[in-house]
Amino acid sequence: MSIGQIYKHRQLGLTDAQVVEMYTYMLKARMFDERGFVLQRSGKIAFHVSGIGQETAQVAAAYALQKGKDYFLPYYRDYGFVLTVGMTMKELLLSVFAKAEDPNSGGRQMPGHFSHKKLNIVTGSSPVTTQVPHAVGFALAAKMQRKDFVSFVTFGDGSSNQGDFHEGCNFAGVHKLPVIFMCENNQYAISVPLHKQTAGSIAERAAGYGFPGVKVDGRDALEVYRVVKEARERALRGEGPTLIEAVMYRIPPHSTSDNDLLYRTKEEVEENRAKDGLPVFRQYLTGAGLWSDEQEAELAESIKAELNEATQYAEQAPFPLPEDTLRHVYAEEGGR
Amino acid sequence: MAVITYLEAIRTAMKEEMERDESVFVLGEDVGKGGVMNATKGLRDQFGEERVMDTPLAESAIAGVAIGAAMYGMKPIAEMQYADFIFPATNQIISEAALIRYRSNNDWNCPVVVRAPYGATGGGALYHSQCPESVFFGIPGLKIVAPSNPYDAKGLLKAAVRDADPVLYFEHKKCYLGITGEVPEEDYIVPIGKADVKREGTDITVISYGITVQYALRAAEELAAEGISAHVLDLRTLQPLDKEAILAAASKTGKVLIVHEDNKTGGVGAEVSALIAEELLFELDAPIMRLCGPDVPAVGMNPPMEKFFLLSTDKIMEAMRKLALF
Repeated sequence: MSIGQIYKHRQLGLTDAQVVEMYTYMLKARMFDERGFVLQRSGKIAFHVSGIGQETAQVAAAYALQKGKDYFLPYYRDYGFVLTVGMTMKELLLSVFAKAEDPNSGGRQMPGHFSHKKLNIVTGSSPVTTQVPHAVGFALAAKMQRKDFVSFVTFGDGSSNQGDFHEGCNFAGVHKLPVIFMCENNQYAISVPLHKQTAGSIAERAAGYGFPGVKVDGRDALEVYRVVKEARERALRGEGPTLIEAVMYRIPPHSTSDNDLLYRTKEEVEENRAKDGLPVFRQYLTGAGLWSDEQEAELAESIKAELNEATQYAEQAPFPLPEDTLRHVYAEEGGR
Repeated sequence: MAVITYLEAIRTAMKEEMERDESVFVLGEDVGKGGVMNATKGLRDQFGEERVMDTPLAESAIAGVAIGAAMYGMKPIAEMQYADFIFPATNQIISEAALIRYRSNNDWNCPVVVRAPYGATGGGALYHSQCPESVFFGIPGLKIVAPSNPYDAKGLLKAAVRDADPVLYFEHKKCYLGITGEVPEEDYIVPIGKADVKREGTDITVISYGITVQYALRAAEELAAEGISAHVLDLRTLQPLDKEAILAAASKTGKVLIVHEDNKTGGVGAEVSALIAEELLFELDAPIMRLCGPDVPAVGMNPPMEKFFLLSTDKIMEAMRKLALF
């Protein structure tokens, strides 16, 4: 590793402690995700949808944004993202167990449908890409109220074919709104591969909407950090949106209800597993003298303990009351 | 009190709400110049092009961006140029706006207003005359209003803007210039969820909303001369339905006619009818009748087909007479 590479994070304005913390979130997301599979396979939870292989881009993007200020519209694989902007492991586990205390939906939605108003995480749904115009709406509010925040929205490659993607990008381009669109191009829209989804380039679509599109290796955390940070600065300068296409690979199946070997080979998955961004980042930290096997073991141990505690807590937490089914269709008397 | 048109009532409501609250803004295709219906005429001069925002021609974005802004705390009034063109925005309205509070367990809410000019005006044909309210009717989380006169139009739009939940505001285009009425200068709202007895009567009950309320009132006037006393209930809000008022109006005469321009099958009248049947069967003196648009896709362009399709005072009067004689 060259000197230039070693100091890349410092060149980007990231401290040693920050890159180590980034790695911590990546590993947390990875281990939470693996726990999700175990819980589903053992019959403790109904469903898990995974973001394994995408954590580098998720955590890096979150790092480039401002917590408590910017608004976030993550899509359903963004565990790395939501953990980095402040959601706790316990809150994620409460969601997979669908418990009353789950801040995402009070146990109403499937896991991966994030929401946390205090953390500026905007509620999401299952029909894909509907959140893109919403992000544009937040950005419009920022512009109208002269507030210096940006909205950040993620979605998959399949999403970039939906009308809402194009309508949202166009609206934001016309009005030069402070929004960052990040496509987590993981090569598959459930079972349909990218070449059957998109004939051209996703990043280049931005040109048609009058703003920059940037293609970045989503497995390179520092590059993702750099482009998201630049996009944020552009947005705050009033120069409008940026589309980022972070290229990566979804290592596990679409969800626990999907058999991915019906549409791709084991070899292909293994080949991509070898390119996983998480160990690459770990290697970078080790090369920079910031990380060691001992630290890795210690961190994994502490995450495991946190996970165990959160799992136990969530499993034992009460479900919502059956009659709470009827609540919050509309604002309630005396409430919001 | 000033006598103004239904259209002026809608415009005045927007103007006053924008003056009252800086977070209220209007967005939609062509709204800057005043909108194709002139509903937003003059608003850009007063409030600027940011608050009376011309958007790209893309209904899903108009609704979706409004939803995002509403979740932030703004009060968007999104205009669909014609209600017939609301369908590209249906996913945003039904899957998103309606569910945001529920799915986030009250964490987020979405106080958006979507204005949808609907109904036939003559010569509008398919795609410029349709009544799509039944598509949204029965979607929990949405509120739907459909005023029949200027007073209600203004008061309901103000209530919609101030509501914490998404409201679809169906404004009948034929009322725009044809219906005038007294509207107070001072601030008032018409509460969402409350129907209104527009005429007291003792022989038959007509339940309706939108332009057909006006036809029913005219028909009632003429039938009074024949000795038939009609009670006319204007639903005003389609969702949530004012169940109490519907049952009270139905039990008053025991003979019910439900009238709307929308198709009969699956229309709002079907639900009103079911409500009455569930609760009041033994108080009825005649089968519940419905007079609605026929079950064809939409009204035709040519005058003979249009006349055949559309409801009128005469058609309603005939149905009322038939019910009275039952």
